[in-house]
Formats: sequence, structure tokens, C-alpha cells
Amino acid sequence: MRYFPHTPEDITEMLNTVGVKSLEDLFGTIPVDCRRTSDLNLPQALTEWELNHHIDELCGSMAVSPEYKVFMGAGSYEHYIPVSLNHLLSRSEFVTSYTPYQPEMSQGTLQAIFEYQTLTARLLGMEVANASQYDGASALAEAALMAVRISRRKKVAVSRLVHPHYRRVLKTYLAPTDNEIIELPYLPDGTTDLSSLDALDDLAAVVVQSPNFFGCIENLKVIGDKTRAEKTLFVVGFSEPLAYGLMKNPGSQGADIACGEGQSLGIPRSFGGPALGMFATRMPYVRNMPGRLVGQTKDVDGKRGFVLTLATREQHIRRERATSNICTNHSLCALASAMYMSSLGGSGIKTLARLNYDKSEYLKGALRKAGFSIPFKQSTFNEFVVRFKDGFEKTYERLTAEKIIAGLPLECYYPELPNHYLLCVTETISKQDMDELVQKIK
Amino acid sequence: MKEFPGTSGLILNEPLLWEKGKKGRCGFSLPRRDVESFPVDENLAGDGPDFPDLSEVDVVRHYTRLSQWNFSVDSGMYPLGSCTMKYNPKTNERQAAQPGFAAAHPMLHPDLSQGILKLMFDLERFLIEITGMDAATLQPAAGAHGELAGMLLFYTYHQSKGAPRSKIIVPDTAHGTNPASAALCGYKPVPIKSNEKGILAPEDVAAVMDEQTAGIMVTNPNTLGLFEENIKKIAEIVHAKGGLVYGDGANMNAVMGITDMGKIGIDVLHLNLHKTFSTPHGGGGPGAGPVCVLKHLEPFLPVPRVILKKGRYLLSENFPESIGTLHAFNGNVGVLVKAYSYIMSLGAENLKKASQLAVLNASYIKTQLKETFKLAYDRPCMHECVFSDELQQAHKVTTLDIVKRLMDYGFHPPTIYFPLVVPGAIMIEPTETESKEDIDLFVQSLKAIAKEAAENPQLLTEAPTKCHRRRLDETMAARKPCLTG
Amino acid sequence: MKEINELNFPEDVRYSESHEWVKAAGETAKLGITDYAQDQLGDIVFVELPDVGESFEKGAEYGTVESVKAVSELYMPVSGEIVAVNDALEDSPEWVNNTPYSDGWMIEIKLDDPSEPDSLMDKDAYVSTLKG
Repeated sequence: MRYFPHTPEDITEMLNTVGVKSLEDLFGTIPVDCRRTSDLNLPQALTEWELNHHIDELCGSMAVSPEYKVFMGAGSYEHYIPVSLNHLLSRSEFVTSYTPYQPEMSQGTLQAIFEYQTLTARLLGMEVANASQYDGASALAEAALMAVRISRRKKVAVSRLVHPHYRRVLKTYLAPTDNEIIELPYLPDGTTDLSSLDALDDLAAVVVQSPNFFGCIENLKVIGDKTRAEKTLFVVGFSEPLAYGLMKNPGSQGADIACGEGQSLGIPRSFGGPALGMFATRMPYVRNMPGRLVGQTKDVDGKRGFVLTLATREQHIRRERATSNICTNHSLCALASAMYMSSLGGSGIKTLARLNYDKSEYLKGALRKAGFSIPFKQSTFNEFVVRFKDGFEKTYERLTAEKIIAGLPLECYYPELPNHYLLCVTETISKQDMDELVQKIK
Repeated sequence: MKEFPGTSGLILNEPLLWEKGKKGRCGFSLPRRDVESFPVDENLAGDGPDFPDLSEVDVVRHYTRLSQWNFSVDSGMYPLGSCTMKYNPKTNERQAAQPGFAAAHPMLHPDLSQGILKLMFDLERFLIEITGMDAATLQPAAGAHGELAGMLLFYTYHQSKGAPRSKIIVPDTAHGTNPASAALCGYKPVPIKSNEKGILAPEDVAAVMDEQTAGIMVTNPNTLGLFEENIKKIAEIVHAKGGLVYGDGANMNAVMGITDMGKIGIDVLHLNLHKTFSTPHGGGGPGAGPVCVLKHLEPFLPVPRVILKKGRYLLSENFPESIGTLHAFNGNVGVLVKAYSYIMSLGAENLKKASQLAVLNASYIKTQLKETFKLAYDRPCMHECVFSDELQQAHKVTTLDIVKRLMDYGFHPPTIYFPLVVPGAIMIEPTETESKEDIDLFVQSLKAIAKEAAENPQLLTEAPTKCHRRRLDETMAARKPCLTG
Repeated sequence: MKEINELNFPEDVRYSESHEWVKAAGETAKLGITDYAQDQLGDIVFVELPDVGESFEKGAEYGTVESVKAVSELYMPVSGEIVAVNDALEDSPEWVNNTPYSDGWMIEIKLDDPSEPDSLMDKDAYVSTLKG
């Protein structure tokens, strides 16, 4: 095995030093009745070349672009990723290092995370961001738990237009607690119905997503103004943060916590993970925040350097009273997004976000012209809901056979919306692709 | 004697991202505009974020320089106890990066994703075989996420019996994630101490185990690197009171092909693919924390689950007793591919060999250093050994000073001050991928440092001197937090 | 860490076994942690204190004090209601290290029983427990 450097002579010599006769003898403290009686039953080991072949075969059955035209977003977005990112992200010093517990030997990771925290805070308009979490769903669940801790209240109001997958993770996280989830319905224009929110007295948080699951931009300011004077925290989730290159960010609209999925910022979709849980809040709440934080300081020579800080919130110190059980962050994914954000820059992200918007508006218009209805009138970013004609499944299947995925059917998440599909258009979809889609649907 | 790897090297300075660049630059090949511009609602439009504008060269040099301030497994020995910094094979990276996997949308119809579903299905079978359990979920994104899944399984199981419980037994050697994960399910951790041999005594478990206690969380081999020899008896005690046994599989890398966790009495076990199965740690993540269970807990596993029906792989939600869902999609699939690639590369025989060599390397270090540093428990160790600074305290140097000096010799420090039961702990885990020569050099450097501690302790207290930065002021960082620039 | 005889223990306060000091003035008392406690904890980076108006029994936890890598609970050496907290510690937690008996005070309480501080240790008794 090429990963084991031991020669038979090394093994003999080392066993002699230890004072045992064989490798098996090293395990003498394991009682006999705790041992396996048979060898592991696993496939025969493959050579590097056989493995390549095997994996290529498995990949062959996967439907991916550019072979397929995938008009599906719904929390997982196709964006162009500069090859410079792949190159930089494959540097061993980033990939094969551990959590930066020894700061002198980890300044690269630490500065990079400090920069990630800063870019994230700027993107979301918040004061402080953590070093990242698993994904948008768990970030949202942790935000709800944080709001419960801060407000010492037990009810969390959650919009039905928060990604259905995020909502079910939230439900799972809250199940063993005595906290309660209240669902906020949606209005005919595709935004959250806030009419039941007049009394906030006992609410820990109001949770919405913007752009929401229908792609619509929520009227965040209305909610922000309502919660500002109250103890209720305003949590804004997201699954497509590129939208904030064009639309107002959550912080400017009064969010107390902004959290969500950062996959669209330079991370491949990878069948849903690893992804990037982005999490930001306001400074007064920082000690209640889950997750790792990097802070700036100085070394003994007075030079600027970075360390993990405010660690007393975390499980390795506060144990059962920690703000979360999270130990990791998705460091490499955070790094990818920081590289992506810095490659785009302030000018580039505006241009790219606008292009996403314009392209999706183009498709929206073309579908409308072709006679399909766009049921929700609220502005969208790069995805939107279309109502196709009855029996569209047949057309959808035909298109799939032609390697076009015409969005996500919404009925399984919203039974009241048969024939409604969520379509997404990013910069990777050309006008020609869109024209072809409309042509083939007609 | 061979030369130590420690040297100051070529380290370049590099400012923060926003201290370089110029407005108007862009490091991104902006896609062609092939549609007209549409109006945007002015009430919703914002100004866009205040990001620095950089060229591609600016970005590439920035991150290349930052990377050079990091130590990594590919740079040298990284003997962090409990973290298992083994070599991360490059073929794993190749496999996960194939466009068929990397570009796959998670919500397509399963017929369009058969390849990855088959891989996940088979990986579950492999993990079940390696642990001796009956069923698995790949969904948890990290070890602590796996622990949360495990505690939710405990919670849901006891609910299903109509008898919810309020406490859980957690040994004093446990990782902090154990009590924190249990607390998320409302369980109050009941601490128990390990005995004079560094392991749990059945009578101590029996003394606290009752019908209000959901079960016990055990790391085996434990964080002292010792096998919990009484585990079977302990499991019997817990089961007799209706409780469950949680196995923290963080140290499974020591016993692959050797122990059978199901037979031992473990009901739920999480694995850290980034430890045992060689996927990279990535500077702190992403990892993956699959959870394996015995048959009686299978109905409670998270959904969706990968199933095989009439020759097709499907994602099934049809498990009404499930704890729910822990991840937006299917877990850290990119990491799963790497672990699969590792298992396929090694096969049964070499997985066992990996554990054997890991234990050999740790035992060898333990033997070589036990005259130099105080050994916490002088017993046969598994994949890691724990020393302390007791012998060096006379020279007014601490564990921290010792390991900071190790940096100047060109090694990453071991884990320190953990487990908490050993004051001034130095926890060394070499892993199986270190050669005898490198281990010998590591041992020599620690012996040299022990000598320096006696003769010239200042060399230790002022270390490191060769890294990009010297010791950093953590007090200032915490008193006046500066978390964004 | 310092030797016991290098630490400061004023005569005009009373001491508890959990290393708090109490300085009573009629019906109210100020309290904080002793020089020994701050020395054991190391550099204090954060102090979490209760709200004015809250009441605590003797032995109850009323807050926490944090160093870089540890969190310690603060316990009431006597019973009472909080009438003031030292907000200045939010910006200057180092006062707990530098001047634990003056600027580093933590809370002021209205004593449930004005004679309760008398039941605590005086300097000599406290120092002898430290020398153990």
C-alpha cells in the first residue's frame, strides 16, 4: 500500500523496541469478546487507475451541465467558478491543515478566515460574521436557537417561504426542546403574510428568507421596523447571496441575524454538500453566537496577527452550556467563497448580479409572452415561479429526455400549487438556451 | 543525525485583501451579456457590497502567500492527538472533483443521479461492515453533527417507548462536543471519572445509571488512547436499565478490522470520515460524521435515505419514525466520495493494516519518550499516547512552551491540555502514514527540547522564532474583539 | 501564578470559601472576587453580570467570569437583591486582575440579612484555608 511507509524491517525493529512480538500483540488490551472473528468483507483493493475508471463509470450516469441544461436552483445554484479558485483551493497548505489552534503555524488559514468574516459581514450588511457553519439549513436552525437564548422566549415565527428543506431541519433541531414553530402563510404576491404578527410579545424571532423560496424579494424593512423596538429578533435567511450584489442587504433592513447558504459563491454543487453556512449578527449578540471566530491581535514583536477568539462560547470550553455543539467550520468552503468574492470585487459582483437578474427577467418575459402565467408579482432575483398548463408533467419528462430540466415542480412542497414550477437562470444559461426552452415547451 | 526540518524558509509579507487592489479592477472573466437590461424596483435595489477590486494576479498571489504561512500534513508530521492527521491521498481529491459529482444538482430526479446514489449506498454498506453495525446514515456534516443525530436517536427512541429520559452519562475524558450535543436534546450530562487505569469502571457506571438516564456516551478507544476494556460489562449495565450506548467513533482509526462495535454493545456510533477515512481537514472543515446503528434503531435514522428498489437507487422519505432531517440536502457528499475512494484503494486487508501501523507508531513513540516526559498512564496504548509536563515544571516551563519550541524544529505540536483529566497533557497521535525515520526525528527533537528546558528554558518560553508570527496576544484579542476589518 | 504571601487580602472585607469578598456598609454590600481567585483565573477577558433588581440566595450563581480559555461561575456569598452592577467591567475587565477589591468590584446588593456577612471568614481565616 503506497500510503504506508513501513518496510518489514521497520516493523520488526519497532515491535522490538515496543517489546511485543507481532502487530496483533499490540492489541492485547482488547478483550477477546470485543474482537471481530472474521476478516472485513469489502471489495478488493483497486489500483489508482482502476479506481479512476470505476469513478468515471459512476459519473457517467449523472445528469450535469453542460450536457444537461438545468433550469433548477432552489438552494443549489450553478455559477461559473474561475479556474484560479480550483488552483488556489487545491494548495496542500489549505487542504491538509487542521483547525488553526496553533496560531503561529496557521496564520494563512486565520487571516483568510478573518477576511472571509469581513467580506461576509459586508455582503450581508452586518457587524460580525462567524467562521462559517455546515450549511444554510443548520445555520438557520442555530439562528432560531440563538434567538431563543437571547430573548428567553419559546416561539419562533417562520415564513412558509423559507426553503422547505431548511424548515424541516429547523423542526428537527427544535423537536427535543420545548420551543414552538409558528408558520407564517404567504400572500398572493409571493411574499410572507405578516398580518398575524401584530402581537410580538411572546415571539423569540421572526424568520423569513429573501430572496424567498419562490425567488421573491421580501419586504424586509417592514418586518425590521416592526421588530426593532421589540425583544423579538429578526432573522433573515437566504439561499442565493449573490442577490445582495443587486438588492438591499439584510443588515440595512434591520436584521438581527442574517444566515444562509453560501454555495453560490464559488462552491460546486456537489449533490448538495459540502456547502457553506454563512452566519452574521450584530455586535451586542456576539457572545451568544454559535461557531468559531477569528480575531485580530498582535504578536510579541507587535506585528499584526490572528487567533481564534471568544472561544469561551464554544463546546470545548463551556461543554453542555456552549452556544452550540458545533466544533468544525466549513473552512475550505469559506475560503472558496472569500476567493470568489475577492475575484469578483465590488464592481464585479454588481455586474454579475445584474446579469443574473436580467437573464431571469428575460426568460420570465418570454414565458409570459408564450402564454404561461407568472403567478407571483413581487420582484425576483434569478429564479421565479411559473404556472404551466395542466398536465405539464408529460412535457417536463419529454424535456428531461432532451436533457433540459425545466425547473423544480413545487406541488410536493406546496400541494396548493399544482403545475407550478420554480425556474432558475444564472449567468451560465445563454439566451439561446432560454429561447430553446420556451420553444420546446410551447 | 539527520537534519531537523525546522527552518525559517522563504516567507513573504502580505496585507489584508482590502489593503491591496484598486477600484476598477476585476479578477473574474465576466460572462457576455446577451440579453437587454430590465428595470429594477428602486425600493429593493441596494448599493452592493463594499468589496475590494482585485486582479486575478492579486488574488492568486494573496492566497499563495497566505498558504505559505500554514503548516500542513503535506508539509510534515502533524501529530495532533485525537485529530488523526494522516496523509490525505491525492486520488481522493481527483475522484470528488469529477464533474459528474461536483456539478450534480441535489434535487434532480434520482434516475438522473444513479452514480452518486450507488456510491452512497455502497459506502453505507462498507461503514456497516467496518463497524459491525446494521444500518447507517451519511447525512451528518461533521462529528458533532453525528453526535447530535445520535442524541436525537436516543431521544426519539425513548419517546417511542413512552418514557422520555432526562440525563446522560458522559465520562470526564470525553470531547466537549459530547455534553454539548446531549444538551441540545435536553439531556443533563452526568459526569463520571475514569479509574486509576484511565478507563471506566463498571461499578461507577452502575452507581449513576438509572431509569431517568437515557444512556451513556463512550469514546472507545478513549481520548487517553486506551481501549475501554470494560465496555461490554458497561453496556450490559446500561441496557439493563433500558438505556442506550453511544459510541463516539472519533478513534475508530485504531481498531478497523479488529473490533466489532455491534458485538461490544454499542447501539449508535458516529464516524469521522476526516479522521479514520483520510479525507482532508481543510483548515477546520468540511468533514463528515456518518452514524451507524443497530437494527432496533434503524427506523429512527434521518431521512431521506438511499434505498435500492428494483435495481434503481432512490431517496426515500418513507420512514415515519425518523428523527427528521439534519442537512439541507444529502450531507457532505464531496467528502463521502473521498472516503469511498480511500476504502476502495485500501481494501479489507490494508484497512486493518492501517490500524495496526497507527498503533505501532504510537506505541513506539510512547516507548521512546517515556523516560523523557511523564507518561499519564503507563499501559499499552492504541493510536495515541498522552504525556504531561510534570517533569519539566521544575524548570518553569509548561506544555505550551514545549510544543511552541517544537515548531522551531519543524513539527506541528501535538494536542495539548486535553483530555482535561491529565493536567498539562501532551497528546501525540502519529498516525500510520509517518515513517520510522520521521518519527525518530520527532522523538529526537522532543528529547532535545527536554534538554533545553533544563539548560536554557528561555529557548522554550520565547519560542517559536521561525514562524511567520511569534506568540500572539490572545488576551487582547478576547478583551477588545476585532472580528472584521 | 503567585505565592500566597505575594497576594493582597485587605482586613476590611469578609471572605467566602468560593473566593468571593464582601464589604458590607449597613444594609448594602459590595462584592467581587479575591486576589487569589483572579490570580488563579489568569487574564480576565469578560465578566457577565446580572440585572439590577434580580435576587439571589446565598450559594446561587449570579454571573460568570471568563479568561481566554476558561469560564468560571460567580457565586453569592450572602443572599440579597442586586442594586448596582459594575458596568465599567464590560470595557475594562482587566480591573478584576489589577484592583480586585476596588475598581474590580462586581455587584452591590441589598442584604436580606445585614448581619450575614459576619458569618463569613476574616482575612486570617481565609488565608489559612488557602495555605491548607
